[in-house]
Amino acid sequence: MPDRKEKYKKVAYYHGCALEGTAQPYNTSTRAIAKKLDLELVDIKNWNCCGAMEVKNVDPEIQTYLSSRVMSLAHNNMGQDVVMAPCNGCYHNLKKAEYDISHKEKSREVVEKISAKADHPAYEAGQVETIHALDWIKYGYGEDELKAKIKGGLKGLKVANYYGCMYTRPRHIFPEKDQGGDSESTSKPHYMDDLLAIAGAENVEFPLKTACCGGAHTLSDSDTSTRLVLNILLAAEAAGAEVIATECPTCHSGLEMHQIRALKRMSAETNVKVVYFTQLLGLALGLSPRKVGIHENVSNSIPLLKEKKIA
Amino acid sequence: MAIHEKHLIRPENIKTHDNLVIDGVDVSGHWSTFIETRVVTDYNEQLQDEIAALPGGEYIHRCWQCGSCTNSCTVNAINPDFNPRYWIYLIRVGMESELLRDKEIIWQCVSCNKCTYACPRDVVPEGVMKATAHWLEMKGHTAPSNSTIFDEEFTRQVVQTGKIEDGRILMNFLKNSKQPLFQDWLIQMVKQMLWHLPIKYLMGMGLATLFQPKTKSWGKARAAIEEHIAEEKAAERAALGLDAAE
Repeated sequence: MPDRKEKYKKVAYYHGCALEGTAQPYNTSTRAIAKKLDLELVDIKNWNCCGAMEVKNVDPEIQTYLSSRVMSLAHNNMGQDVVMAPCNGCYHNLKKAEYDISHKEKSREVVEKISAKADHPAYEAGQVETIHALDWIKYGYGEDELKAKIKGGLKGLKVANYYGCMYTRPRHIFPEKDQGGDSESTSKPHYMDDLLAIAGAENVEFPLKTACCGGAHTLSDSDTSTRLVLNILLAAEAAGAEVIATECPTCHSGLEMHQIRALKRMSAETNVKVVYFTQLLGLALGLSPRKVGIHENVSNSIPLLKEKKIA
Repeated sequence: MAIHEKHLIRPENIKTHDNLVIDGVDVSGHWSTFIETRVVTDYNEQLQDEIAALPGGEYIHRCWQCGSCTNSCTVNAINPDFNPRYWIYLIRVGMESELLRDKEIIWQCVSCNKCTYACPRDVVPEGVMKATAHWLEMKGHTAPSNSTIFDEEFTRQVVQTGKIEDGRILMNFLKNSKQPLFQDWLIQMVKQMLWHLPIKYLMGMGLATLFQPKTKSWGKARAAIEEHIAEEKAAERAALGLDAAE
């Protein structure tokens, strides 16, 4: 798709609830990168929650409606044909809504019924393309262009790239993945690895790229989540990583929270730092630590990044 | 002979004899472990249909018991009793009493969808786990799980205002699930954040907790969503043979 550079240059930006709350630094750093790379993010006015991981358990069609309303706003109110969502949850739900609306009669009916009652045009399959922040940078800016723009970079920083669940599973909602060529792989995703390698990072061989952090039950079944997170932290350390790069607010805050909880409740100490990939990329582009919100993370990576002369 | 897959057999059904002679042959030692014979008569022939009537359970009939779900399961890796393949089997043959023995852990599915990814028959085992957990609650076999309490608080906020706010979710969840607000890890997290957070950010969080974020002109959407959920819940209760009102 050679036209993607043009297409992704100006996108509707759906940051969602988490990026206004616990994941502020993901929002800060994504916006800082957009500015630095001259990519235009147009906020979706009067957006709503996509339904996250919870609403589907109460009513799956309502979750589809919530996500469809966001895509309807982008298409009908803004005339945008691309929605960029950095949050894995939002990205996943918009993709799932797209799939369900085009494949399931009931989803389509409920979306049409509620949209009519709520006085807005119902979203129709194919009206927008939902992309992740990874697609946006990889194709909207371009890898060669990125390479030319990197200053100093992340030289000597050992990174484990952690993608989580919602970016690749279930496979059927991501028809563009596993298509060969440079398309994303659902079993061994590599887009984050690609971008951070360009930024100079030393990516470690990390076996738990798509393992689950227990994010859906991070509060409701914390002991299970702590054990799952500890597996991820220990595997990253065993692979030699100093930093885990994240692309999902639920994973990121789960890793931060349960790293502390593992220490408190299981006396298991781990020292690997947790940083959003956009923060690392921003630093590699010469943005200041403050500009990418490094000080807003719970996991304090500042001493490490200073030692490596990255921050 | 050792019994492999011993974890699938309830401990009380495994009989080990220190000294055992059968037909004059001394089989003490390796040959002295047996599985108790049992006869199941209390099948619930409606069980599969009931699970299939709840969201997520629709495709349970496709299962041919390959075990890919359990093999790929995140929770099974840390608790061998968490066994989606086995529960799907029990539901399909209607062994309700056997299923009920695991009623306190079925809700622990973390929705990672590794099973959905691995399943060659598109059963969507993740959905079946959710449907089964809801079935247990609707039938009164278990109290609402923490997961359900969280889902309901989250959904209540989204339906009411169109958006959620992290701090409010956390506080209401801890309150609704009767857990203390002052958790050791939470205090440590706040401490770590206070170290280097700008005041502006803290104030923003405080304001968001006080003044809930809202989607404008959400009223009509809210009414339509509430109406739809009420209709669906009534249909689900009817499918399970329960009274309309909870």
